[in-house]
Parts: sequence; C-alpha cells; structure tokens
Amino acid sequence: MGILEVKNVNKSFSGLKALQNVNLSVEEGKIHAIIGPNGAGKSTLLNCFIGKLLPDSGTVTFDGQSLLGIPPHKINQTGVSRVFQTPEIFTDLSVIDNVMIPCFARRDGSFSLHAVKRVEDEAEVRDKAEQMLVDVNMADKRDMTASSLSRGDKRRLEMAMCLAQDPKLLLLDEPTAGMARADTNNTIELLADIQSKRHITMAVIEHDMHVVFSLAQKISVLAQGTVIVEDLPENIKGNPKVQEAYLGGAH
Amino acid sequence: MFSETRKNDHLLLLLFAIVTLAGPILLAPLGAGYPDLLQRFCIFGIFAIGFNILFGLTGYLSFGHAAFLGVGSYSAVWMFKLLTMNVIPALILAVLIAGLFSLLIGYISLRRSGIYFSILTLAFAQMSFSLAYSVLTPITNGETGLQLSLKDPRILDATNTSGSLPSTNLFGLTMNSTAKVDFLGMTLQFNIGFYFCAIMLIIAFYISMRIFRSPFGLMLRAIKTNQTRLNYTGINTRPYTLAAFVISGMYAGLAGGLMACTDPLAGAERMQWTASGEVVLMTILGGAGTLLGPVLGAGFIKYFENIFSKINDNVLHNTFAFLPDGLEDFVVSILHVFVGKGWHLTLGVLFMMVVIFLPGGLIEGANRILSWLRTRGKAGDNTAESKETTTTKTAVNPAE
Ligand SMILES: Nc1ncnc2c1ncn2[C@@H]1O[C@H](COP(=O)(O)OP(=O)(O)OP(=O)(O)O)[C@@H](O)[C@H]1O
Ligand SMILES: [Mg+2]
Repeated sequence: MGILEVKNVNKSFSGLKALQNVNLSVEEGKIHAIIGPNGAGKSTLLNCFIGKLLPDSGTVTFDGQSLLGIPPHKINQTGVSRVFQTPEIFTDLSVIDNVMIPCFARRDGSFSLHAVKRVEDEAEVRDKAEQMLVDVNMADKRDMTASSLSRGDKRRLEMAMCLAQDPKLLLLDEPTAGMARADTNNTIELLADIQSKRHITMAVIEHDMHVVFSLAQKISVLAQGTVIVEDLPENIKGNPKVQEAYLGGAH
Repeated sequence: MFSETRKNDHLLLLLFAIVTLAGPILLAPLGAGYPDLLQRFCIFGIFAIGFNILFGLTGYLSFGHAAFLGVGSYSAVWMFKLLTMNVIPALILAVLIAGLFSLLIGYISLRRSGIYFSILTLAFAQMSFSLAYSVLTPITNGETGLQLSLKDPRILDATNTSGSLPSTNLFGLTMNSTAKVDFLGMTLQFNIGFYFCAIMLIIAFYISMRIFRSPFGLMLRAIKTNQTRLNYTGINTRPYTLAAFVISGMYAGLAGGLMACTDPLAGAERMQWTASGEVVLMTILGGAGTLLGPVLGAGFIKYFENIFSKINDNVLHNTFAFLPDGLEDFVVSILHVFVGKGWHLTLGVLFMMVVIFLPGGLIEGANRILSWLRTRGKAGDNTAESKETTTTKTAVNPAE
C-alpha cells in the first residue's frame, strides 16, 4: 500500500471530463513521475491532493487519512507540499523571507501570534532557511526581491520553500520548466540527493523526459483524464499505448 | 530618519520620540505649535498607524474604521460620566470595547476579500453611524452627542462642588493645563494633554514597529503578496487577518478615547464614512506599509486642513491686494473654491498628485530626495551602502 492512494477519482469541469476513474498509488520514499500530453489532467490531479479541488467522486488518502474536504493549510500541515506549475511565491518579499515563512509555518503551526521576537533574531529559523538557499544554489540571491528573479530561479525558490517544510510528500508540477540546461541538471541532482538522504516521497509531473528517466522509480501515464499505463521506467519507453497517447495528444 | 532599514530600528524610534516630544518647539515656527493641533497630530497619527497594520501589511482596505474611533470616544465619555475623570480607565475601556466591536465586524467582513470586504466594512460603519445617530439614543445621546453633565455619578471622584464641569485628568494632572514660555519671539505651549497623547503615539509607534519586524508581521505581509501560497504553506490566513483587524480596531479605539480625553464629548459624526475615508487618505498619502508614512500622512493632512480651512475670502483679498482690482477678484474667485469649506477639493488634488507621481507616498518622496542627496554628496564610494538600503527597503516597504 502506498503513502498516497488515489482510487476512482473523477472530476469534470462543466461537461469536460478532466479526470476519469484515475487510480494511482505512490509508494513511500519513491519518486513517482506523472507524464502525459498537455491537457491530460495532470495538474488537475494534483489539485485534488492539496485541497484546491474536490473530486466529483473517488477517494484520495495520504498516510491512511482522507484528504478530501480538508482545507489546504491542514493538508499542508500533515506533510504535503506542492511546487506549482506557475511559481507561487511571495513576490514582494525578499528571497530569504520567502523561505523563512514556510519554516515558521512548520515550527509554529497554522497560526501563532508571534510578535515578541524580531524575524532577524530567530537564528534557528534563519539558519535553516539559509541552508535551504544553499541547497538550491541561491545563497547569493538571499536579499533580492523575489519578483526580480528569473523564471527558473523563482521555481528553485519555490522548491526551497517546500523543502524547508520537511514534507513527507512533495508534489512537483513541472519543476524544471523554464530552467536552463545546467539548472535542470542541478535540480535533478538536488531532488535525487534529497530523496536518498531524507526519503521524501515525491510525485513529479514533467514533460522533460531526461528529468523523468533520471529520477522516476515509477511512472504513470495520463491521457485525456485516464491513467493508461502505470509501470517501471524501463517498461514505459517501448510501450505502444504511451507512444500512441503522445502522438494522439499532438493532434 | 526616513530610511527604514531593519538595522537602525532603535535609532528610528529614538528620533521619532525626540521629534514627537519636541513637537511644540519644532512646529511653532510653522504656526502649528499650539496644543489643540498638536494633539490632533498625535491622535490621528495613532489612528493611521493602526489602520496601516491592517491595510499596509495585509492589503485589506477597510472603509469602516471610523466606527471604532467613535466607539472608543463613546466608551471613554461613559467612563468619565460613570466612574472617574481620570483618563486611564476611560482609555482602557475605549480600547477594549473597540477591540470587541472590531472582532465582531472583522469576523463577518473577513469572510470576503477585495472590494467586497471594503463594502462590508463600509456598510457596518454606516450602520453603526445610523445606530449611534438615532436608534441608540439612550447610549449615544443621538444628534446632540454624548456630553458630561453635573448630574453624572462619577462614583470614584470626590463630589464636585464647584458648579462647573470637571475636566479630564491623569491622576490629578489636568489634561488642558498649559505652560506658556516665550522663546525667540514665539510663544511655546507645553500642554499636559499633548504630552499624554505624544507618549501614547510613541508607544503606538513602538508596538507597530515590533509587529512589522516580527514573524507575525511577516505573515501579514505574505497575505498581501500571495494569500494562496500562504494557504498551501500550512498557514490559516483568517485568524491572521482577524488579528490584524482587531489590533487596528483597538488603535482606532485608543485614538477615539484620546479624542474624548482632550475634549470630553462624543458624537455620531465621528463614525461617518468621511472619517473612515480620511484615515485611508492619510495612510496612502504618507506611504502604506511603511512605519513612518501613516504618521506623516496624518500630520500632513491635519496641518493643511488647519491652514486651508481657516483661509476665507478676506484673507485671500488681503494676500492678492497687490494685483489690479479685476485680476484680484478673478484670482480670489478661483482660489475661493479651494479654501475654507472647499479644503477637501485641495486635499483631493493633492491626493491625486501623490498617487500619480509618488505611488509610495510622502515616504517615497523623502527617500528619493535622501538618496539623491546621498549620491550627490558621496558619489562613488558609497554605492554599496545605498544599494543595500534600496534592496532592504523593497523588502520592507511593499508600498506599490
Ligand atoms: N479550473 C478549471 N476549470 C475549467 N477547466 C479546467 C480547470 N482546470 C483545468 N481545466 C481543464 O482540464 C483539462 C486538464 O487540465 P490540466 O491543467 O490538468 O492539464 P495538464 O495535464 O496539467 O496540462 P499541461 O501539461 O498543459 O499543464 C484541460 O482541458 C483544462 O482546460
Ligand atoms: Mg499542468
């Protein structure tokens, strides 16, 4: 049994069936890739895990508990973090503040009237945030305002923010889109490193096959709202169904 | 004094305290050194500082904060009537009741955001105004306003035998007692009421500074920038916005209470939407989201209100007497609409200019002048420092 279990999930948007009877099982400590053509429903599926969307039917359980109908902040507090397809960061704040916020959320819970100490004096939290920036190679951008970062850097920042929470399950929606080749390779290294050291379970949506095959230990292929194949990476490449889905999706 | 980097907080606070306490001396040359106006600077400064904690940090624009100001005034006057003329119990009650009141209004209004939130707060404030004006006459004394009377119990105070209304005091120090000193041809007025308000302002500023710098303040700022991200980062934003709303409501209650301390009466007009709008203007004009901006904006508006609303046609005729008669009449008839009761027109024009040319408010203007002076003064050798100031500032003042 996986740490994340998705059973018979359906979701339609005013007639458009975005997800149809989706089943998915993400094993603890593994990197599970979700691939598929544009509009297949990959992001919609992740939205059902984090409290952004409520499926029409089906179940989603994480660590044995249902995630459906639970508000986003509570889901996050149980250990699920997500990197979005379009970076969601605090654009008006400095890079270091961006990373400190999730650290505070982790330490103090979903609400705390913490107004006695100054942010600067929270050495423990700051050190952790700074370490995260080092991990994603952004230490030199510490004091920049987040809005002035490049697209790839925004994504790496968001990844640092999610990792700072020590999540049990990390959901990554196209983590390397908009990154230069070198940064993509750094990201692959970073994710592989985190997985081997911290055993964080990951579900990664990715179009870049180099990333997928470097990281994934299991792959689900989604096309037109259904999982057509779930298999080990070595069996995916040659699978005729997968090739057909990608060719079909191109039309 | 305007660079609000996090490092020089102590210096900023010290300067703020000195400038505030020296107000009667510093502002005397500007013709603003008399107690009544100085007290208004402090009171509206407190009101705006509190408003800024909600609007400047979280971005939630309330159009109903005058309601809390009014509630504070009524509570304070009731304390003067029932208990004692000492200002301390009055202020405590003012802050508490305004806090409870803002908890109720905030709890409901914060179910929506953006324009709907603003409209809800406006609706609540107008309801409070109507209630105070008519329905709740036994509590508010309706149109006339709540005033002291000789028949009030004032159970803690000694029986009043003087036959005149007692005045507010701080453990015996009468609020409206003033020491006059002649200095360089000016009359400096040192007034107990002003110093009391000034100390309250300094405390209010200090608390706001602590909130700005705290993890709590960081969360409030994050709400303004990206509430969605904050939700998916495990933060429940509702209690944060509610806390900010209640804190700013308590500030408004304190300001309303102080108004009653300096002049012990309370009227429904204090709750009107124009009063709510004024604090919005003060905050934006000075620089929303900055520490000093709201105080500056409040002082600016109250100062110019004082000047412009006093000018009448006679003054204008005297000023422009040097012009030929026809031209004089023409100029006066044009300027007439901008002064006296037309002061709001001037305010409107000023406000538009600031919003268009200085979207960060007066603080941005001051910062621009300072950095211009700095680059001119020490061209070259100081670029690192000024760059650091700007980056920290963008992080500290999310003013755009
Ligand atoms: N909130 C929504 N309302 C209506 N339709 C939606 C909504 N979200 C997604 N859809 C539709 O559902 C389908 C699946 O979208 P989704 O974003 O999940 O695709 P995807 O697999 O992530 O694609 P991409 O690779 O381009 O990111 C698309 O047809 C999209 O237009
Ligand atoms: Mg997508």
